[in-house]
Amino acid sequence: MVKVLLWGSLRQATGGRTEIELDARTFKELLDRAVEAYPGLEPQIRRGVSVAINGVIYREAWFQPIPPDAEVVLMPYMTGG
Amino acid sequence: MSFDEYHRREFRQVGRRVPRPDGVDKVTGRALYGADMTAPGMLWGAILRSPHAHARIRSIDVSEALKLDGVKAIVTGADFGEVEDESIRDIRDNCMARDKVLYDGHAVAALAASDPRVARKALKLIRVEYEVLPHVTELEDAMKPDAPVVQEGRVQETVPPGMSANVTSYCEFGHGDLEAGFAAADHIVEREFRTAATHQGYIEPHACLAAVTADGKADLWCCTQGQYMVRSVCAAIMGMEASQLRVTASEIGGGFGGKTTVFIEPVALMLSKKAGRPVKIVMSREEVFRATGPTVHSRSRIRIGMTRDGRITAAEARLYYSGGAFPCGTVEMGAQAAFACYDLQAVRSQGWNVLTNRPKEAAYRAPGAPVAIYAVESVVDELCQHFGLDPLEVRLKNAARKGTKSSYGPTFPDIGLVATLEAAKAHPHYAAPLGPNQGRGISCGFWFNFGGNTCVTLNINPDGTVSVTEGNPDIGGSRASISLMAAEELGIPYDRVRTIVADTASLGYNDVTDGSRVTFAVGLATIKAARAAIRVMCERAARIWGIDPEAVEWKDGAAVPAGPNAGKFPPMTLAEIAANSFRTGGPIAGHHEVNADGAGVSFGVHICDVEVDPETGATRVLRYTVFQDAGKAVHPDYVEGQMQGGAAQGIGWALNEEYIYGADGRLQNPGFLDYRVPVASDLPPIEPVILEIPNPGHPYGVRGVGETGIVPPLAAVSNAVSRATGVRMTELPLSPPRVLAAIRRSRATDGA
Repeated sequence: MVKVLLWGSLRQATGGRTEIELDARTFKELLDRAVEAYPGLEPQIRRGVSVAINGVIYREAWFQPIPPDAEVVLMPYMTGG
Repeated sequence: MSFDEYHRREFRQVGRRVPRPDGVDKVTGRALYGADMTAPGMLWGAILRSPHAHARIRSIDVSEALKLDGVKAIVTGADFGEVEDESIRDIRDNCMARDKVLYDGHAVAALAASDPRVARKALKLIRVEYEVLPHVTELEDAMKPDAPVVQEGRVQETVPPGMSANVTSYCEFGHGDLEAGFAAADHIVEREFRTAATHQGYIEPHACLAAVTADGKADLWCCTQGQYMVRSVCAAIMGMEASQLRVTASEIGGGFGGKTTVFIEPVALMLSKKAGRPVKIVMSREEVFRATGPTVHSRSRIRIGMTRDGRITAAEARLYYSGGAFPCGTVEMGAQAAFACYDLQAVRSQGWNVLTNRPKEAAYRAPGAPVAIYAVESVVDELCQHFGLDPLEVRLKNAARKGTKSSYGPTFPDIGLVATLEAAKAHPHYAAPLGPNQGRGISCGFWFNFGGNTCVTLNINPDGTVSVTEGNPDIGGSRASISLMAAEELGIPYDRVRTIVADTASLGYNDVTDGSRVTFAVGLATIKAARAAIRVMCERAARIWGIDPEAVEWKDGAAVPAGPNAGKFPPMTLAEIAANSFRTGGPIAGHHEVNADGAGVSFGVHICDVEVDPETGATRVLRYTVFQDAGKAVHPDYVEGQMQGGAAQGIGWALNEEYIYGADGRLQNPGFLDYRVPVASDLPPIEPVILEIPNPGHPYGVRGVGETGIVPPLAAVSNAVSRATGVRMTELPLSPPRVLAAIRRSRATDGA
């Protein structure tokens, strides 16, 4: 199980929680498990999210492993100019 | 692993100020920009634009225009088919209105004619019947419950109930107990700020040439930050397969984020398809202002508590951005960036996006961050003034560093903010004396940086030179930087390498040149491609020598035997291996494809001295110094250019630039005479100071440098003006009338 920190405005989709626990070993599994457990997260995940694993931000890396006890933060999809 | 780790090394090529490969072409006029492309039988496209800020299109009659001799095709929104993806649908509808026009300048029809004069004449013959609707161009008005609704049905599930239908998204970030934090403060400042929309101000207007053949293939030449993005978006809008559309990027006369989308390309393709001939469209400057992306305009409320010794105890931001007539996520980036420079126990930032009858926002360097950090850094400066504390010392005391839980969630790895602040503190500029009516402002800045999808092919030519093919338009010196990194890895001189930017049919997909990603991600892919080529060259040398490939290593541009049992052979240079390549297995190349992650965040600190004329309110920038962490400056001239350019644009944003709308909802200043960007005579020399705190996620330690430089100037200038005048400024731009009015209000209050 990994603890995933959400940004505050997602708490309405998770019963008020900004930290959720998911059985996920990769970025892709994290997204899949998150939608299964909290269907209200699906619109945001469909729009796009990034995941920070131990401080490194990943935008689309489905197979990026999530080490045990990693710090995992869900973030909006990064865009730049 | 999608990225390599940094290992300390001595560089031989990287870090040199070598001649730029595009320099001669650009100073001799040989470089081909978007408007330089021509084709036999080419037609000229022109676009009819709405004179209304908000109106329903009742009918479009093109019959008279079609009768004009020389007019070959006309398109309207009805010519474009359905698109499933919402974001591409928005781009389609921005390129050509369908049922409603959503802002002054919105395209309603386009035609292709035998010459530009005929095209302009024909535009006047198109009859559009509008039902004019109430409009709203100001963010605050658009948030009112009874405001005209710009687009129905665009509200995300994130928006709390009870808000105007123009509020399309809401976001919130942060951690800790805010109320406890504010209770621990010795003083709290709460202020509201406003910033005007500004344009990226690139010198080259958008231009393209489209040629669609009768069998459905197409070529498109255009000025863009991303030819693959153009291909994807245009193919979707045109209902084409991507393989049938080849897009070639021209040299680019600036982009700064504004060329990360399309405005005219689908229109030119549709006109060419209908006319059966190539069609060229070149925007006028007025069209660029009225119909391409400026940045957001914003309102924000910032509340920060501080102890009397300068420790921030709590910080809160409420940000309202409007990206024009279509939903945009820029406020999410602003809300995340707002407090990223600080190590905070209690922090919250909230953001709302609001629709207005203005052009669709396009990215502009570090999109969202400058206006949020402007407001935050202004309040931090005011708190420093309140307690009589040194603003750099306060920032050092509160600076984010390795191990800080960032305001947007993740814990920072190695970052360079403290080193950057210390460099600023030690610089002579910070201690230089100031005269009457002069003030000094400082500000920190932050940007995320990112990597993204990247392909590179590196060919070892038979004569021992090297050709690198990459797929990102060079907007800030990337060809030189890529060549330097290839030369570094291969161990050969820089002038043996030439890097070119490929069209979409010649190389795999590359993300847009944005997010300060190219030197990081394309550089990483180039290093990997060079390593792949080195592996082949070592194998060829091993076969020539008759030894095991594992017993060969690459050193100083040559294969050498490695280990005690490898035998004694003189080094075999890259040129020698290349010369024999046809006889040893064929041409040698390396390539690498990656969706790169591991881009390191970047911080900057700016110091700005100004003098304000108390009689006119005019501000003159006297001295300006930029400190920025580049990770590793691959080509320092270009890095300094990015830092200086970001500062210059930020100074313009702070002092002069703004979109001004009239009561009729029309843009009042669509030209460089009335929209004032700083020119050379407005600016002092901008001194860049590069710091190099290696990014652990890149083999050479590279971080992006293209965006951070525009973040600090807004607050650095505003803080300097506030200190020079003794009046806290809270609205940009700091145009002379606004500064003069603030001074007079302050005098009136003091005298009362």
